[in-house]
Amino acid sequence: MSFIKTIKDIPKEEYLAPGHRLCAGCGAAIAIRLALKALRGPTVIVNATGCIEVATTIYPYTSWRVPWIHVAFENAAAVASGVAEAFKIMEKKYGVKRPDVIAIGGDGGTFDIGLQALSGALERGHKMLYICYDNEAYMNTGIQRSGATPRGAATTTSPAGRVIPGKLERKKDLIEIAVAHGVPYAATASIAYPVDYINKVRKALETEGPTVIHVLTPCVPGWRIDPSQTITIARLAVETLVFPVYEVENGKYRINVMVKKPKPLEEYLKLQGRFKHLLLPENKWLLDKLKEDVKWKWERLLKLSNL
Amino acid sequence: MSGVKEVYKMPESAFQGRATWKELPIGGVIPEPATSLRYKTGNWRALRPVLNEKKCIRCLMCWVYCPEPAIERLEGDRIRINYDYCKGCGICSSICPVKAITMVEEGA
Repeated sequence: MSFIKTIKDIPKEEYLAPGHRLCAGCGAAIAIRLALKALRGPTVIVNATGCIEVATTIYPYTSWRVPWIHVAFENAAAVASGVAEAFKIMEKKYGVKRPDVIAIGGDGGTFDIGLQALSGALERGHKMLYICYDNEAYMNTGIQRSGATPRGAATTTSPAGRVIPGKLERKKDLIEIAVAHGVPYAATASIAYPVDYINKVRKALETEGPTVIHVLTPCVPGWRIDPSQTITIARLAVETLVFPVYEVENGKYRINVMVKKPKPLEEYLKLQGRFKHLLLPENKWLLDKLKEDVKWKWERLLKLSNL
Repeated sequence: MSGVKEVYKMPESAFQGRATWKELPIGGVIPEPATSLRYKTGNWRALRPVLNEKKCIRCLMCWVYCPEPAIERLEGDRIRINYDYCKGCGICSSICPVKAITMVEEGA
């Protein structure tokens, strides 16, 4: 039974207040606002350093209407483990009702800097949800490449020019890393499919044990896109198979947004300044490599979900 | 202890940028929720979304996708744009299936 069926069922309550200083058209802001729509009661948010953290809590301002804690870049998952365990003891000793614990990190704080803390938390099996909002580079500090930056993307530390045509390496696969820990629930989600996304957050909160959700969030300055195109591009990422939306429940794969007729990858790339050079004839070899990555991942998913 | 009440209140001087450390809550804590409501981001806007209520079919797409949120969901799923916070990104206008929101240059 899913929590909501249509857009009209999305709760009115806003747990992220306006007045935050994220960019106009920020995809991460949409991801966090929608995730908070799925809350089911008292909740503690643990936030790693990143765009969301710096832009929503500029002292003395905060945009949060739920208890929120920030410690450092690398240890959101470790802090969330501590919070979850502390409440477990408090429940036993003083009868305090256990809140849900959600850790939020960007791709830098998850794929690179916070990976060992996340791995530790997943292995120890705390009851917590980790949401990674992935804008595919270190956007907060000025668009440096991360482990989540896709092949071919230009960033300030992988600039497209005469020496290299953007980042040469493949994007890490976070969900596969989570699944390798044997977590009960891991999923990818897109802000362009809000009902699916909110249901996934709710499902993860209701699952016993550690859960991971990976959501793709277009970044206006980092991807060099028009601010009004955030949702269009997020949807194209799914429709061109760059970012498949699927879930893994106790090892069982399920594709949630089935793409019967994928759109050509170029439709997704041409809207973004960071991929502009990939469409030049001399960089076709890299574009072909990116296409191979996308095809490989999708075919693997089809196989794993028995389709 | 000077009393719990005082500890859990953010002094007004903090928002005027003239609070000393002695007045501020210990540990960089912000004891009140949603104080960012005092910070109006509407003046970031270059383009202003204008709603044509007659065209609106109340599908709520703009409300769902607003990153601020600067679009309020009213009774009967009507919407209202809050210009105090709208940064003018134009997602609402681009996502609207019936083109009920147009972007107009600010000050024009």
